[in-house]
Amino acid sequence: MAEKLTLEVVSPYGAAFKDEVDEVVAPGTEGEFGVLPGHVPFITTLKIGVLVYKKDGKPGYIFVNSGYAEVYEDKVLVLADSAEKAEDIDVERAKAALKRAEERLQKKEDIDFARAQAALQRALTRLKTVELAGKK
Amino acid sequence: MATLRDIKRRINSIKSTAKITRAMKMVSAAKLRKAQDRMFALRPYAEKIDELLHSLAQPGEQDVHPLLKVRPRKTVEVLIITSDKGLCGAFNANVLKAGVSLINRLRSEGLDVSLSTIGKKGRDYFKHREVKMRQSWTGLSGKVSYTAAQEVARELMQSYIDETFDELYIVYNEFKSVVAQTIVEKRLLPIAEIKQEEKEAFKDFLVEPSEEEIFNVLLPKSIEVLVFRALIESAASEEAARMTAMENATKNAEEMIDRLTLEFNKARQASITKELMDIVGGAEALKE
Repeated sequence: MAEKLTLEVVSPYGAAFKDEVDEVVAPGTEGEFGVLPGHVPFITTLKIGVLVYKKDGKPGYIFVNSGYAEVYEDKVLVLADSAEKAEDIDVERAKAALKRAEERLQKKEDIDFARAQAALQRALTRLKTVELAGKK
Repeated sequence: MATLRDIKRRINSIKSTAKITRAMKMVSAAKLRKAQDRMFALRPYAEKIDELLHSLAQPGEQDVHPLLKVRPRKTVEVLIITSDKGLCGAFNANVLKAGVSLINRLRSEGLDVSLSTIGKKGRDYFKHREVKMRQSWTGLSGKVSYTAAQEVARELMQSYIDETFDELYIVYNEFKSVVAQTIVEKRLLPIAEIKQEEKEAFKDFLVEPSEEEIFNVLLPKSIEVLVFRALIESAASEEAARMTAMENATKNAEEMIDRLTLEFNKARQASITKELMDIVGGAEALKE
C-alpha cells in the first residue's frame, strides 16, 4: 500500500498545486469526503469549497471552485474551474467581490440570481480558506 | 522643391512614429508570451476532461443530453471571434472574410443565419450589414478569463437548448506560430457523437453520483473549454499579428527615414553649391 498521496490540482489556468501529502479532505457535491493512501478508486463532482490536505502533520488549504475529483490508490487529481492556494488568494479582491455580490442580491430586480449567489459563495469560501490557513 | 526645413520636419515626425511602432511591437511580444503560457497551461485540463468524457458511460437513448440532440436545421448561429483593438494587420479582415463566406454559404442552403460576435471589430463590421445580430461581447480579448468564456458558452448553450438556433459554428484565428495564424471554422453544437473508448482506466472506480450524471456535467464543461481555448488562441494570434504588423511598420518607417535623409543631404548640398556659385560669380564681377 502506498504511504503517500500525490495531490494534484489542475485548473484551466494551469496546475495550481502538486505535492506529496498524507491526507486529503475534499468538498464533494454529495458531501465532504476524506482520502487516505490506499483509498478505493473513485470519481465524483465537487462543489465550491475548501480542500484540506495534511502534510507531515501540518494542514494546508486550497480553494476549489466546482469541478471534479479522481481518486486513485496513491493519487488524487482535482480538476476545478479555478483553484487557489490559501496564500495565493487576493483577500482584497475577494472582499470586493463579496460586497458586489451582496449588493446585487439586495437589488431584487436582478434577474441572474443564481449567478450572483454563486459569486457570493465563491467570495465567502475564498475568505474562509484564508481564515482557516491563518489559524493553523 | 521641398525646403530643408520641410524635410527635417518630416524626418522627425516619421522618427517618432517609428518609436511608437517599435514600442507597440515590444508590448505585443510580451503579451504574446503570456497568451502562449495560457495555452500551455490549459492543455492538461482540456486533455483530462476529454479523456473522462470518452471513458464515462453515457445516458441511455431516452434522456440524451440536449446538447447532443440533433435537430433539423432551420436557424444556424455563427460566432465570430475578433479583437477589440486594431493595428494588427489582416487579423480581423481574415476572420471576418471567412465569417461572411460561411454566412453566405449557409444562406445559399436556404438557412436562416443569426450572428454573435466577440470583439469590437466584429461588432462594428456587422453593424451596418444585413445580418441578424443576436449577441455581441466586447472587452474580452485583452485578458481572457475562464469565467468570461464560461459566460459566453453558457449563453450559447442555453439558446441552443431553447431552440433559438439549431446549430452553432465558431470562426476564429488559430495560433500556429508567430508568423502563421490560420482561420478555423468549427461546428460547436450539437456536439458530435462522442465515441466511447474502452474504459480500461476507470473500470473499478466508484462513481458518485453516477457515471451518467457526471457525463452530463462534463458535456457543457467541454464546450466551455472549447470556447475558452478559441478565445486564448485568438488572443495569441492577435498579438502575433500585431507584432508582425508593427515590425513591418517600423521597417517601413526606417526605410523612409533613410530616403528622406538622402534627400535632405542632397538639398543641403545643392543650397551650398548655389551659394558658392553666387559668391564666385560676385567676385568675378568685381574683378572686371
